[in-house]
Formats: sequence, C-alpha cells, structure tokens
Amino acid sequence: MSSVAPARPDKGEAPSPSRGGVADRLFSVNLRQSGIYVAFALIVALFAILTHGSLLSPENMSNVLVQNSYILILSIGMILIIIAGHIDLSAGSVVAVCGAISAVLMVNHNVPWPLAVVLTLAAGALIGAWQGYWIAYFEIPAFIVTLAGMLIFRALTLTVLGNQGIGPFPDQVRTLANGFLPGYFGNVALGPLGGADAFTLAVGVIGVAGIVFTQWRTRQARAGYGQKVGPLPVFIARMALAGFVVMYIIVQLARFKNLPVVLILLTVLVLGYTLITTRAVFGRHMYALGGNLQAARLSGVKTKAVVFSLFVNMGVLAALAGIIFAGRLNQAGPTAGTNFELDSIAAAFIGGAAVQGGVGKVVGAITGGLIMAVINNGMSLLGAPSERVMLIKGLVLLAAVAFDVWAKRRAGTSR
Amino acid sequence: MTDDAILRMSGITKVFPGVKALQDVNLVVRRGEIHAICGENGAGKSTLMKVLSGVHPHGSYDGEIDFDGEPCRFSGIRDSEKHGIVIIHQELALSPYLSIAENIFLGNERVHRGLIDWNRTNADAAELLARVGLDENPVTPAMDIGVGKQQLVEIAKALSKDVKLLILDEPTAALNDADSAHLLDLLRGLREQGITCVIISHKLNEIKAIADSTTILRDGRTIETLDMERDLVTEARIISGMVGRDLEHRFPEHEPTVGEEVLRIEDWTVRSPTQHERLVVSGANLTLRRGEIVGLAGLMGAGRTELAMSVFGRSYGVGITGRIFKDGKEIRIRSVGDAIKHGIAYATEDRKRYGLNLIEDIKRNVGAAGLRKLARRGWVHDNEEFRVAERYRTSMNIKAPNVLAVTGKLSGGNQQKVVLSKWLFTDPDVLILDEPTRGIDVGAKYEIYSIINEMADQGKAVLVISSELPELLGICDRVYAMSAGRITGEVPREEATPERLMQYMTRYDEEQIIQ
Repeated sequence: MSSVAPARPDKGEAPSPSRGGVADRLFSVNLRQSGIYVAFALIVALFAILTHGSLLSPENMSNVLVQNSYILILSIGMILIIIAGHIDLSAGSVVAVCGAISAVLMVNHNVPWPLAVVLTLAAGALIGAWQGYWIAYFEIPAFIVTLAGMLIFRALTLTVLGNQGIGPFPDQVRTLANGFLPGYFGNVALGPLGGADAFTLAVGVIGVAGIVFTQWRTRQARAGYGQKVGPLPVFIARMALAGFVVMYIIVQLARFKNLPVVLILLTVLVLGYTLITTRAVFGRHMYALGGNLQAARLSGVKTKAVVFSLFVNMGVLAALAGIIFAGRLNQAGPTAGTNFELDSIAAAFIGGAAVQGGVGKVVGAITGGLIMAVINNGMSLLGAPSERVMLIKGLVLLAAVAFDVWAKRRAGTSR
Repeated sequence: MTDDAILRMSGITKVFPGVKALQDVNLVVRRGEIHAICGENGAGKSTLMKVLSGVHPHGSYDGEIDFDGEPCRFSGIRDSEKHGIVIIHQELALSPYLSIAENIFLGNERVHRGLIDWNRTNADAAELLARVGLDENPVTPAMDIGVGKQQLVEIAKALSKDVKLLILDEPTAALNDADSAHLLDLLRGLREQGITCVIISHKLNEIKAIADSTTILRDGRTIETLDMERDLVTEARIISGMVGRDLEHRFPEHEPTVGEEVLRIEDWTVRSPTQHERLVVSGANLTLRRGEIVGLAGLMGAGRTELAMSVFGRSYGVGITGRIFKDGKEIRIRSVGDAIKHGIAYATEDRKRYGLNLIEDIKRNVGAAGLRKLARRGWVHDNEEFRVAERYRTSMNIKAPNVLAVTGKLSGGNQQKVVLSKWLFTDPDVLILDEPTRGIDVGAKYEIYSIINEMADQGKAVLVISSELPELLGICDRVYAMSAGRITGEVPREEATPERLMQYMTRYDEEQIIQ
C-alpha cells in the first residue's frame, strides 16, 4: 500500500472507556469466572451461621466429603462429556451395574479384591465403549443412547444381582469407600483445638507449599514469555486465601479421624483431570469439538475418537463410583445410583458448563457438586424436610444457569 | 428536497460499551430510489440499519428519525414494520421445514375465525411469488429451494407486509452471478412500483449498476452522499470514499517465481453424499507448482469447494476415486490429519461454521490445527502457544488488543486472518483458500492479497477458489475453470479475460472437456 496513510481524525478521540467502565468490566469478567466460587463461599457461610457452626465441625466436614465422593467422581466424567456437547443419562445405572459386578466377583466368587476392582473398571470401560460406539461412530444423539443405557444397565443390575442385595464387602474395599488413613506419626496438640493427626497436617502443609510453588512457577514462566501477569499483591492474596482454605479443611479433618482415603483418591483425580483438560492435546481437542464440531474436524481433530474415549472414560469413572458406593453401603443393591446422573449433571451446570458445549472446568464441576452437597447437608442439619431440600436444589440449578446466560448476554458473546 | 425525502435520519449517535459505533450520522433517502450504503466492515452500516428498523429501540441512541413525513420512535421491529420498514438480513431467516407460503406469512398469518385459511394463504403466496418472478409452488418446503430463490421468498415476505422502505443487507453475498442479476432486476421492478430500497453491499459493480445514490460511511460517520448519475460516480470513487485514500491498485503487485510441481490430482471423481449416483466432481485433473497462485473459477454448484474438500482428507463426498501426487510421489490421504501431515491446508469458505471456534480466543484458534508442533508427548506447551499466536497477531496485523480476545467478536477480515494464521502455522506446502475475501471490506482484502503473495513467495503453492472474477484475474498466475463437476478450462494469466473464463464456466457440453 504505497499511497498516503489515510487521515482518520476520529481515531484520536475514540471513546476511551471511562475509569468506571474499566472497573466495571474487570469486575463483571471476574464475577463470571469466579462467581461460582463466591457463591460457594456465601452458601457455606450462610449454613455455617444457620447451623451455629455445626456445618464446619470436624466430623461433619469429613462426612460431607466422604458421603458425596461418588457424585463428585461422576461429575468429573460428566463435565468432560458436557464440554464435548453431549450428555450421559445412564451414569446412575452404570454405577449400579458396576457395583453389582464387583459384589458378585468379590462376594460370590471370592475373587481377590484388587483383581475384582480392575475387572469392574474394565467392565465400566466396556459399557462406555458400547455407548461411545453408538454416539460417536453411529451418530445417534447421546441423549437417546444413554437414555436407553439407563434402562439397559438397570435391567442388567437386577439380572446380575438376582433381585437382591449382595454383601458384605472385603474390609479393604470398605476402607477405600469409608475409611481413613492410620495416624502414621501420632497426634500433635493444637492448643485449644485439641489433638490432631500429625501426618494429615504434614500433608496439608506440603500440599499448600506445592500449590504456591507451582503457581509461582507458572507465573514466572508467563512473565518470561512476555505475557501480562496480575499484580503481585493480588497473587499473594490469592495464594494466602487458597492456603487458608486448604489448611482449614485439613486441620478440621486432622482433628476428626485423619485423611479419608476417598478424599486422597478424589484429589488425585481432580489434579489429573485438570491437567488433562488444560494442558493435554486431548483436552484441547475436547474443547475444540465442543465449541465447533465442524471446525475441529476440519482442523484434523479425530472428533469421533475423542467422543468415544470420553464415554469410555465416563464408564470407568462410573465403575469406580459404583465400587465406592457399594463399599460404603457394604452391599450392592438393585436401586443403587438412582438419580446420580442427575446430580452430576446438575453439578456440572452449576459449576459453569455451557448447555451448547465447549465451556467448563473440572474444578467448576467439583465446586458445583460441593454446593449441592453443602445445601443437602446444611438443610438436613437444620431438620428441613427432603421436599424442601429438593426445591432449593432445583432453584439453585436454575439460578446458576440463568446467571451464566445473563452474564454471557451482558458480555455480548452469546451466540 | 423536503417533500421528496421518505426517510431522514439526522444526528444518529449510538454507543456500545467502550465503542462509539455511530457518531452524528445523517442519512436522507429520496422517495422511490434505490439508495446504497457503502463502507468497510465495522463502519457502522448494520448498526445504522438496526437503529432504523427498531432492533436498537428509541432511547438507546441519540438523534432523530423522520419517516414518511412524521417523526418516529420505534420500540422494536414490529413497530417499524407497522410503518412499512422491512429489513432483510444477510443471514436468511426462513424456517427450513415450513413451506414457502407458511414462511411468507409467518407472524402475519392469513386467518379465518382463529384458524389458518390455507386456500387464501397459498393463493396470496402464489400472487406474491409472481410479483418477485419466482416460479415455485407455494407449498414447497423452504429448504428445497436454493439460496437465490430463498432470497426472493424473503422479498415476497416483505411485500406481504405492505413495505414502503425495503432494507437489504448484503443481498447478493451468497448468490451466484445469474441469481444476483435476477435480484437486481427485481429491485429495479420494485422501484417502478414505488418501493424505496436501501441496499448494503460490498459489490461495487452492483451498486454502480443499480443505485441512484450512495451514502458512504467510515468509522461510524457519514462521509458523503453521492448522486450516482449527476456525480458520474466510478467504483474507484466509492472505494476512495470508503477507505479514505485513493486505491489506485486494488491488487498488490506480484512477480511470481514458479518452481517445480508440488501437487498433482489425476482423474478425481467425487459422488454426492446424499445422492450417490450424482457425480459432484468428475475426472478432474489439476496441477499446482511451487510459488504459484492458481485460481479455481466456477459458478455456484460447479463443484469447486467439493473438489477441494474431498482432496483435503475426504472431508466431503463418498465414492472418491483418483490419484494424488505430492512432489511427484503418489500419496494416500484418508483423513484431515493425513492431509495436514502431507502439508496440505484448506481454509474454508464459511469461517464461522467451519473455520473457527467462535467461543475461544485467538490463541486457541491459531494453535488448533498445528497443535502437534506445540506439544511434547501429548502435553501442550502453553506459553509457546501464546508466543506463536502473538507472532501471527503482529505479522498478520490482526486487530485485537491481545491473543486472548474471543474470535467471535472480531470483524470478518480479522477472523479470516486468524484462519489463515491457523493454517500457516501448520507449515503447509499447498494452501487451498476457499473464498478468502468473502464478506471482507476493501482494505482488509488488500491485506489478504498481500498475505497470499507472501505465501507464494515463500515457495508454497496456493489455490484460490473465488466467485469474484476480477479477484482471480487480479491475483492468480493461472486459472482453472470448473463447470458441472468438470474442469473445463485452464488459462494462463496473460490470456485470462472475464469473458473467456465465463465461457468455460458455463460450458456444460461433455464433449468439450479440456484435453
């Protein structure tokens, strides 16, 4: 373009957003991203006050985490499927049939428990592959395939169990579901808080140090690549807050019965899946096809293989949840897992997933699941009847999605 | 002038958060004329029309609108339609499964005692279809007719509402030349019936052919209103108004250095995925050389996109036969992944549907096709991705504050640059660009042409598919023409004229295939 640069007089006086505007935008962006965590904190605070602190007592906190572990595990698989633009209505039935399979193996056939667990997870993978085949390669909507699966696998549960509960489970499986680590280093005194497990506290301190260290390294790497990073005080404040929350939970757990085994499992899963969704090629492909299937396909993403793997993954996680749930009740029953799929779907959407796909975070789904768990637990501590709990949970789900839609529209990115 | 103006918009200012989309815009449209509105993308044309049609209701903007002699304060589209202002959007809004007649009277049903009077609906529809010169049965579902005819149905729908002022936003963007010509004829006919038209278009030859006056917008301001006859307006005149500079050359100078053959396609045949007996591409032969820009001309339905997509990892069609040679060696391409590995890239004609993940940022979109270059053992190197995207944002001149901007919010030209960045990052030897400048303003077009030249200078072979003949003649070193699935001609740059290409593009005789 050899000609003279055009005079564009209005560029200079282009409307520069006022200071209030910038603050407003920053706030709204942050609110949409962190709204779910703020809401979670408010809900916890509300019930902590209403229950005069019972919600945050060591025993109750431990219970909430252990009781909801299987829903949280399902939510991890579910959010991935929702990000890819699909849904799984069969999760509850798969939980039941896998629990039943593990019970038949361990109780009726005396298969050693580690082998039985592996076989059950393999069964879950097979179930996922079955559904994934119809959805990814035969291209039947996931809603239909998993609705059929919901019936099929419930029927198989009844067949496998012969219409009766099977138990009891070996101690190791019960520990996995319900148990706690033994106190390796004994107890330490925490002044007015009483005795607490030293090993748990040590894990907490190492965990917080690990979080701060990795976050700091990420921040340094970003800055090294010339990207903008937030101001240092904000970073420090965020780290301090995260450290406080983690240590609070750890101290309460340490005061009760050490670390629940299932919490360790859950933490590993959350970290692993967060890494996969944010850093792995597979995760990128998942978001890409959820955001625009055709564009992903034309960019060389093997869309069918990705969707197929997501359902296999869901099957494995459902099998894991099935074992834990059966182990917790010490019995595999024909009605196990009823409505679990709905709870995990709700967790994913409360946690910020978008109905059209392409958006969502593992941590979001976990937070969504915990919001429901706290509402459940808090209201039952208050002695509220179950119909009122259901009503509130329904309203929270609607409000969460409504907020997300509203925020998107306000940001002008709705499509 | 007062009496003879049907519409007078004065001092229109519309502010979106952070952006002044319109600033003190004035528009006067005379009764019974065809009035064109020109401007680069983002100049404010669509926003102005949305203000006029009530999409942005009164109170959300400043300024006055006088229509048909009275001041108007529209609260919504229905309100403006009641006054006789109808807007037809670029993306057609017909319901695919409803019949033509049902679409025409959607929201305006012919009712008898609360029930739809089907006889009257279909009879009235037939009458309207005759007025727009569309010979179709009113009960045909809208999805069964082509885009050109759907456009006519939209106009029939507008006529059913007793339209006084018809606004068309890019009406010929998706039409082939024949359909465009028909549409322009129809607009002339409507002018004779006393209907005023406002037409937004990028196609300056059409504006020149049809408009009585032209208003040019730039950066949200009115630049000028030209009387097409009195001012003896030329295309170059309009362009200089739009871009604020004299565009002596619409195409950048380019001296090609053509090397050896990169890609050869032999006897390529593709069948339609919906009608297996139909050959969409039949016996096509094509050769691309290093450093060469090759055009592929053809009317709509000639099979250009289908040819390109079937080569690009069998993304289109069934029963594909033929051979592909890369650097002289025969290769097999079974998937898009294979195509990318063999150094072939295809940038789609439909950015929004097939090219971009609109809810993701620039960074993720740029990295999407070349992710393996950013990853080690399945893990993506985040910061490297950022650096790569930032590099393309700078070198391609993508107008966004940073690479974390969501692509859905970018203008067409910038979106296209993101798509091109994505494919350049895969480091291809062969680039197939399908309608690379569709829906892009003049200034950005020039930039895209420069990028294409640069790619060729780097030794890549570029195949440009385009419906705009001047574009092909302006940038290509050699042009193939397609018609009805066959390659009907191959013309070197020196011998290429629009007439000659058009001749090949309309050749349907099977005997006359090129040797």
